[in-house]
Amino acid sequence: MMNVQDIRKQFPILHQEVNGKPLVYLDSAATSQKPTQVIDAVERYYKEINSNVHRGVHTLGTHATDAYEGAREKVREFIHASSTEEVIFTRGTTTALNMVASSYGRANLQEGDEVVITPMEHHSNIIPWQQVVKATGATLKYIPLQPDGTIALEDVENTVTANTKIVSVMQVSNVLGTINPIKEIAAIAHQHGAVMVVDGAQSTPHMNIDVQDLDCDFFAFSGHKMCGPTGIGVLYGKKKLLENMEPFEFGGEMIDFVGLYDSTWKELPWKFEGGTPIIAGAVGLGAAIDFLNEIGLDNIQQHETHLAKYAMEQLSTIEGVSIYGPEKRAGVVTFNSDDVHPHDVATVLDTEGIAVRAGHHCAQPLMKWLEVTATARASFYLYNTEEDVDTFVAGLRKAKEFFGHVF
Amino acid sequence: MSFNNLDQLYRQVIMDHYKNPRNKGELEEGDLKINMNNPTCGDAIQLQLKVDDGKISDAKFIGEGCSISLASASMMTQSVKGLEVDQALKLSGIFSDMMQGKEYDEEDFDLGDIEALQGVSKFPARIKCATLSWKAMEKGFKEQDEA
Repeated sequence: MMNVQDIRKQFPILHQEVNGKPLVYLDSAATSQKPTQVIDAVERYYKEINSNVHRGVHTLGTHATDAYEGAREKVREFIHASSTEEVIFTRGTTTALNMVASSYGRANLQEGDEVVITPMEHHSNIIPWQQVVKATGATLKYIPLQPDGTIALEDVENTVTANTKIVSVMQVSNVLGTINPIKEIAAIAHQHGAVMVVDGAQSTPHMNIDVQDLDCDFFAFSGHKMCGPTGIGVLYGKKKLLENMEPFEFGGEMIDFVGLYDSTWKELPWKFEGGTPIIAGAVGLGAAIDFLNEIGLDNIQQHETHLAKYAMEQLSTIEGVSIYGPEKRAGVVTFNSDDVHPHDVATVLDTEGIAVRAGHHCAQPLMKWLEVTATARASFYLYNTEEDVDTFVAGLRKAKEFFGHVF
Repeated sequence: MSFNNLDQLYRQVIMDHYKNPRNKGELEEGDLKINMNNPTCGDAIQLQLKVDDGKISDAKFIGEGCSISLASASMMTQSVKGLEVDQALKLSGIFSDMMQGKEYDEEDFDLGDIEALQGVSKFPARIKCATLSWKAMEKGFKEQDEA
């Protein structure tokens, strides 16, 4: 069991008032808060270690390189990759997915080929594919969703064909909270000779990830949603695929030999890390991984599952509130109130110190599928409590009362 | 329960425009149709304007959005109707200043209901909702100018 009160003490930002009320932060699916351990690691890096990596002969350069590569080893272990050669640091999930689409997609797609995704994807797992199919003449196909916002394997089997070269699916939906059967989808993709790409932005912070067990070919996630700093993320890729891919960015750090008219690249993973890397970000991500490991991903997932269930029970006691997505879900509860627009819900909650997200959550095709223009979303992390849910539900009642009183 | 903070934003007149929007609908014969959305939140409106001899003779809107964006569109269509195009653009500038909490020159205009939106400037996250329909009008005249 984890002690949430002890965990909360480690997040300085939570101990403040917003609009005169204690902050209730329910927007961790957008970005998580950072524990002291992570903030201190980044500060210590800049105060004691800062230097460029992989070049200087001097001592600080060695320390910085050790810190950076040490973080890579932590990531490898965290996602159970077989080698650090398969762990590429990126700016975040968006960059990681763009790297796969641009580098792997452009080289391996041609007219007649298919890329298969789902309507629940975040824009960052839609637009890179739209662009790459436009450039290559391939086709983009969607696995239809079940009415409850889940994916049926039968539909995957009916959508993926011998022409499918890439299947790309999010592991956890940032809107519906759906936990998708990635391992089974990957197996279907592989039966048809396609590669499996996973958007792990919403899963990696909240559950154990084993890329070898999932047998995915690429896996992307962001540091800032898992207690780490912004500006750091990871692309995992199977070595045999990465070896045959062209670099995404060209310049310093990623080269082997440079001539006037031609150059060669460093080995993996550095050939994908052009320019001075995100050293402090990687160090912060490493500290975030240590922090999450100390608490245990299983404990975190269990806690969030409980909070989501509790929130759904509480919300269902309010008349006119619709909740989107399946019963079994991650710590995300997206909803609408039939008489208050989600922006107005979010503003009323904000005056109560409660931070929720309102809008389309970077998932316009999913909003269309839900037949709404916007929704409000409460998302939970390890530092949230049942009291947070109670405050949130009381705030929502207030919003309904206020708007009900107006009409 | 106290609604003091909220009352500053959601003034009675705003809620009245939200509940009973003026000029909601489509023009039979419009000169300008401008679609504008707020990509971060999904609000989307279409503003329709009829211009005769440099004067806005009619204005209507359709769309979906929150209370602030719809009330603002309702007020905006009401206040620009009958204005010369350049006067309407000037009013849009005044409204923009109001939203940014700046001093604004109201001498030439009867701001009427629009002034109720002043409270939005205290809610930075909602300013874009209030300015959506005004931006649509500006975009429409700019495109017309360039055409």
